[in-house]
Amino acid sequence: MTRDQESGARSQESASSFQLPASNRKHSLIGTSPQRIEGRAKVTGAATYVDDMQFGPNLLHGMLKHSPIPHGIIVRIDVSKARALPGVRVVVTGEDFPGYTGLYLKDRRIFALDRVRYVGDTIAAVAADTPEIAQQAVDLIEVEFEPLPGVFDPEFGASPEAPLIHPELGNYEAVPFIFPQPGTNVSNWMKVRKGDMDKGWAEADLVYEHKYRVPHIQHVPLETHVCVAQQDVNGKITLWSSSQSPFAQRNLIAKALHISHSKLRVITPYVGGGFGCKAGVSMEGAAVALAMNAKGRPVKLRMTREEEFYTTFVRQGLVAIIKMGMTQEGRITAVHNRFYWDGGASTEYGTNITRAAGYSGTGPYYVPNIHIDSLCVYTNHPVGGAMRGFGMPEIHWGIEQHIDQMAEKLGLDPVQVRLINCLKDGDETLTGMIMHPTGLSQCIQKAAEAIGWTSPPAPLLEGEGSHKRRGKGLAAMWKAPAMPPNPGSSAIVRMNEDGTATVSIGGVDIGQGALTAMAQLAAEGLGVKIEDVRVNTVDTDYSPYEWQTVASRLTWSMGNAVLQAAENAKLQILQTVAEAWNEDINDLDIIDGQVVSYRSEESRSLRDIAVYGMQRPDGTWIGGPVLGRGNFMPEYVTPLDPETGQGPRAVVHFTTGCQAVEVEVDEETGEVQVLKIVSAYDVGRAINPDMVRTQMEGGAVQGMSTALLEGIILQNGVPRNPNFTDYRIATAVDAPLELESIIVEVPQDDGPFGARGVGEHPMVPTAPAIANAVYNAVGIRIDSMPITSEKVWRELAKTRP
Amino acid sequence: MNHDIHLIVNGEAYLLSVPAHHTLLQVLREQLVLTGTKNGCEAGECGACAVLVKWPGADHAEPVNSCMVLAPEADGAEIVTIEGLAHDEQLDPLQEAFITTGATQCGFCTPGILVNARALLDRTPDPSETEIREALVGNLCRCTGYVRIIDAIEMAARAGREVAR
Ligand code: FES
Ligand code: FES
Repeated sequence: MTRDQESGARSQESASSFQLPASNRKHSLIGTSPQRIEGRAKVTGAATYVDDMQFGPNLLHGMLKHSPIPHGIIVRIDVSKARALPGVRVVVTGEDFPGYTGLYLKDRRIFALDRVRYVGDTIAAVAADTPEIAQQAVDLIEVEFEPLPGVFDPEFGASPEAPLIHPELGNYEAVPFIFPQPGTNVSNWMKVRKGDMDKGWAEADLVYEHKYRVPHIQHVPLETHVCVAQQDVNGKITLWSSSQSPFAQRNLIAKALHISHSKLRVITPYVGGGFGCKAGVSMEGAAVALAMNAKGRPVKLRMTREEEFYTTFVRQGLVAIIKMGMTQEGRITAVHNRFYWDGGASTEYGTNITRAAGYSGTGPYYVPNIHIDSLCVYTNHPVGGAMRGFGMPEIHWGIEQHIDQMAEKLGLDPVQVRLINCLKDGDETLTGMIMHPTGLSQCIQKAAEAIGWTSPPAPLLEGEGSHKRRGKGLAAMWKAPAMPPNPGSSAIVRMNEDGTATVSIGGVDIGQGALTAMAQLAAEGLGVKIEDVRVNTVDTDYSPYEWQTVASRLTWSMGNAVLQAAENAKLQILQTVAEAWNEDINDLDIIDGQVVSYRSEESRSLRDIAVYGMQRPDGTWIGGPVLGRGNFMPEYVTPLDPETGQGPRAVVHFTTGCQAVEVEVDEETGEVQVLKIVSAYDVGRAINPDMVRTQMEGGAVQGMSTALLEGIILQNGVPRNPNFTDYRIATAVDAPLELESIIVEVPQDDGPFGARGVGEHPMVPTAPAIANAVYNAVGIRIDSMPITSEKVWRELAKTRP
Repeated sequence: MNHDIHLIVNGEAYLLSVPAHHTLLQVLREQLVLTGTKNGCEAGECGACAVLVKWPGADHAEPVNSCMVLAPEADGAEIVTIEGLAHDEQLDPLQEAFITTGATQCGFCTPGILVNARALLDRTPDPSETEIREALVGNLCRCTGYVRIIDAIEMAARAGREVAR
């Protein structure tokens, strides 16, 4: 049996019933850190991103007309002046494309039709010969609104008094695991009910409740959203798109525009960062809509930095009310959590974030008695989408500060409290799933040790009498890939005449290093050097299917497909050689591109056989071009009961980890400087340990940036800081002096060589770890993100006599 | 209205007719198709568009956000973009160091950072960590957390000193 079959995952049948013997797995490349395979292209400026592609003078420039008001009825749209402007080639509005679209809940239109729901909502699009003309045309579109009262707070939005933002909610199509509440603004209500709450509270020595807030965040990829769409004479449309989801874009846009999947082709070259905002579809549908009317001319749509801040996707805001019971010894007895998500004007993607928050809503702890409500609430705010961690940084901000607060009130060490409660192999999670082997305790111990948890803070540079104070803090985390139960991956490994291999995948390298990890897996599975493997970027006409590049799932899911495809190619080659040499296949192997026989000690380069086949002793030929195939799809995820959130297997697995930080707080200015961040994560098996560390480093600094600096300021729905001067992200000066990354490896039963993902996790616990460290330094608890100097200073001022 | 301007870009001389309102960034990317220089904000706030500019009469080049320079203002300037950092297939030590240390992820900030770091090392061959961090303050990177970029610049500085020795 293959590894995949043993673990219950679906494994495509191999070319024959024969399976490679386990001894053939040498692991020589796995756990090594070859350099990024596209590194040279990226440091020379040769790497091509969508905006770098050349479409000639025929290119049209698209631009969107956005709503200036947060909520209102569209009384009239007049595009006649825009259409009449010389150089304007296309103007489209909602009337041209009235259908709904969306990933989990179809509640979004490509263009607003009867009503606008946020500042930035797309009302119309134009395509013109130059960007200047396009801008003029957008300005000439006249729109008359009848303003409606808005919803700018999720708790209010969930109340019966709130005006309805989607009165048609009851008619929207939703996937079966999303539970919209028609007649309200709640587009998903995820419930978890377990145990006996009265008993849980009775057993507790301390019951404590506190409210925590997280603002909207922007992903800030350095490359803004950009795409080019073009229709050919047969009606087929090509979309060049900076995307994490070429296949999901093809699927959603094809359905929304009623075109066949085979008539839409999505090509994704290099992508300048995503962090979730380029998952799913945001503005790409508008580009395709323009192209369908552009008489064959290509149309480019590129978001300005200002548009990027609020018109594509943002991270949802959260109000979390956390109530926890704990015994004197530090054992959690009960948790009652209410999450009010500020989902924005559409929650087509956000509904699943709130679901993930529900089934992860205790944090990484064993809790016997649970009552969790995770409510996705429509507001007249920018559209919430996926962002690195998918709900986890938001809920852990409260949960991990709460643990520290409980521990302090009970006089306990927060590290010990976490070690007592953290989930261990065989524990039941909040949804009734049995926890798989996990290195969470190890991560907590190692992070604490590396930050010097039990030793006093390092002395201040300025010495005694300084107005700076140092403190340490720590936070743990868990996160599962949040996705439908059946997201598929597939891969093709093609052999070339020179014995090299070309790997085709449908997942995207958005900077995380997927191309390199896949090259390693393919080289390992096939038995060639990594230099002899080429991995293609995505073109849906030629690349095999991949659901999306999200959820930290590529190394695990696409990795399985690639490894299987490489092994499948290897098997085909060895079968040919075995027959030609009249040998037992078990005596054959491929090492560094040479087929070798352990028995006859013959060897032959792949160059000679992988395409042309081999000659039998009688002079006839066998074999032929080798094409290895692999696919993977988890088959074991079960539905959860809508009323209790209980079910045998909510998710595929959880990646767990812990971060510990040391900070210095200036008591005079309130400024927080992060001196050191230690990250420890259980990645199952690090395929490329150095790249795993780069994810931990980048995630930690991104988490730090959101913790200290970031938040979209929304005043009555109007974004006030959509630029880098007013929305600061961490720079090289803000980055910690030291970052330490610790890899823990407790293998994943169905991961390639035991690997599971770690792309998102390193920013999940950073913010609460910093908040805990600030408290440790100066005794100030900041429960609303970000921890600005102003907030710290104000709180400190209150404590002064 | 168009202007005729002379530019030397990566050692090649050009006479170009440029619209008065176009930026140097647009001229490089759209007219010369030197697309290695990136557009991250068009507002002088991210550093993705940085190039080295030696203004007429100046004795050395300085890093400049090309989105903030109107093309006619660049008349007579000598410019080095990311495409001009390597010579005869030989990568700049900074480029080598960025690959070796893993200082690039999505790569979108990388050209601007490399160009800016080249200017730093030309000015200060042996920068302290603080000097490196301060030199990079106008270059945003959302992926790496900066630490490996700093390591890479330190590594290239060491390599440069060894060559000089
Ligand atoms: S594009 Fe010039 S500084 Fe951002
Ligand atoms: S590597 Fe992606 S922004 Fe720097």
